[in-house]
Amino acid sequence: MATFRSLTSRVVPLPLDNVDTDQIIPARFLKVTDKNGLGDHVFSDWRYDKDGSPNPSFVLNDPTVEGAQILLAGDNFGCGSSREHAPWALVGWGLRVVISTSFADIFRNNALKNGLLPVVVDRAVSEQLFALRQADPQVTFTVDLAAQTVQAPGDLSVSFAIDSFSKHCLLEGIDECGYIFSFLKQIEAYELKHP
Amino acid sequence: MPQTLFEKVWNNHVVVQNRDQPAIFYIDLHLLHEVTSPQAFEGLRQRGRKVRRPERTLATMDHSISTLPRLLRVVDAQAETQLRRLEENCLEFGVTLYAMDSEHQGIVHVIGPELGRTQPGMTIVCGDSHTSTHGAFGALAFGIGTSEVEYVLASQCLLQTKPKTCEVRLEGVVPKGVTAKDIILALIATIGVGGGTGYVLEYTGAAVQALDMEGRMTLCNMSIEAGARAGMIAPDETTFAYLCGRPFAPKGAAWEAAVDRWKKLPTDPGSTYDRTVTLDVSQLEPMITYGTNPAMGIAIGAPVPAPEHFEDPLQRAAFEKALRYMDLPPARPLLGHKIDVVFLGSCTNSRLSDLRQAARLLRGKHIAPGLRMLVVPGSQAVKKQAELEGLHDVFVAAGAEWREPGCSMCIAMNGDELKSGEYAVSTSNRNFEGRQGAGGRTFLASPLTAAASALQGCVADPRSLLEGWT
Repeated sequence: MATFRSLTSRVVPLPLDNVDTDQIIPARFLKVTDKNGLGDHVFSDWRYDKDGSPNPSFVLNDPTVEGAQILLAGDNFGCGSSREHAPWALVGWGLRVVISTSFADIFRNNALKNGLLPVVVDRAVSEQLFALRQADPQVTFTVDLAAQTVQAPGDLSVSFAIDSFSKHCLLEGIDECGYIFSFLKQIEAYELKHP
Repeated sequence: MPQTLFEKVWNNHVVVQNRDQPAIFYIDLHLLHEVTSPQAFEGLRQRGRKVRRPERTLATMDHSISTLPRLLRVVDAQAETQLRRLEENCLEFGVTLYAMDSEHQGIVHVIGPELGRTQPGMTIVCGDSHTSTHGAFGALAFGIGTSEVEYVLASQCLLQTKPKTCEVRLEGVVPKGVTAKDIILALIATIGVGGGTGYVLEYTGAAVQALDMEGRMTLCNMSIEAGARAGMIAPDETTFAYLCGRPFAPKGAAWEAAVDRWKKLPTDPGSTYDRTVTLDVSQLEPMITYGTNPAMGIAIGAPVPAPEHFEDPLQRAAFEKALRYMDLPPARPLLGHKIDVVFLGSCTNSRLSDLRQAARLLRGKHIAPGLRMLVVPGSQAVKKQAELEGLHDVFVAAGAEWREPGCSMCIAMNGDELKSGEYAVSTSNRNFEGRQGAGGRTFLASPLTAAASALQGCVADPRSLLEGWT
């Protein structure tokens, strides 16, 4: 599995609540049989006009976000469908962190399996981070998983919670399926008892 | 210690629970479809793994298939590749596939129950968020991503952290014209699209017991639209009567033993939930959504909210963005708003009772001139029974299109889609921007409201058409 330790990067601000996975990657792009190339279509219906030209008012077309690895999003990010194509598309574009006040359950699970770190902060911190980005489009945040902190200019340092198992898997790049297989004897015993 | 339905099913499927680690959690039934499985099979191949329990795995085709007559079935080359890949994968790994020519083909959440594969007390997963549907039988059923599809194929297990529980008490008797779809839309409008995040919902109360299995499936189906991983309903005589005699339901002595086991599943008196929400359904009216998430819903005669209704600036911004997308004025009713399309289908509302209700309103009448109505049965079995009852003749005579089973315009991957700017009343589950086609605008509602709206060519209240209904 992809690892995550720490990074310092500029920020893509998306101050909208309840961004659903149909916006992150519309269903017409789900007819693929691999994971490649989805970054080209991330937020396609917001990013491009009907004629296919870039919509200049959408943040991903703002030159200041080029190369940014952190998405700063609104509440309940990733609600809706279970499509793992959503984190594949975000990672495909180059993102490695999403900061929000909450995540939809399935999206959070899918993100963790793709080295995309979901960081939950409270509403006041989220507003502070948005304000910093608005004041300076070039602002960078540092996200450190081992320390569980987000650091931003002005000596802002906030800690975030993550369960110890997910943290360990991301830091070490643990193959979760391999981990499940390490309990094969117990799984077999369970199956004998529950035919 | 008294336990809830959820806790009983959870405890019964924990293989290993170590401290500070997620449980190794056993899955009884794994459902597959063409869209979220190819990368999982590819992962198995790369790691040299097999499908550990093919007999606990079942595949069908539903998302990217055409719903036109099967001879005209090519959507496009990419969709064809995806379908062919599912056939190859199921053949190579020994998984049963109900492909397009199978009498059992249909929307994955319609065929599991109707075949009797879905049973009380089971754990069921699928790479599809509406897996919550199967909770109507007292199963713990939830959607997973493709990585987890691979884990379950390989090991029959998942890593799971125990969710919290929320009791949703539905009290009272629903008024005429109010269906399970209206109940769930009202609940989501009350608790919000994130209101169930982190929870498994258990629906309890007289209004739940009064629902038939198809209504219970509609209720559980949209639990995910409130953010809940799963919705559950305790199995009872209605459940057993539905399952008895289904192709994969236990038979003879095994049936008796199963029913005895299932009767122990309901929540024990004195059990506690982390949270309880109560809704009096006797006050409900038919519901319809006006915005771009399923919580943006109102009673059918009510006005769309005004911006002042939202104090929180982010919520107000989302509301205003939604109305811009929907091109609707605030503070006006939706009733009478012209529509272009009516879609009757999806894993929420494509079962026989849904089709019967709509057909009863449409019988002997014609849909509004210029309006397009698609009726897409949930499965081959639903289609066959509907045709035996002559429902297809009612729909066709009314001017609707009678299609082959599939997800169709709920997800608009297969050519069944709205044109940009079109309005639809849809019995599906999501009104997200572009969900039914780029630029398309969706009003979610019940099959009754959909049929009434089709007749009038605009958003319509079905209740005036229900005279003489009991």
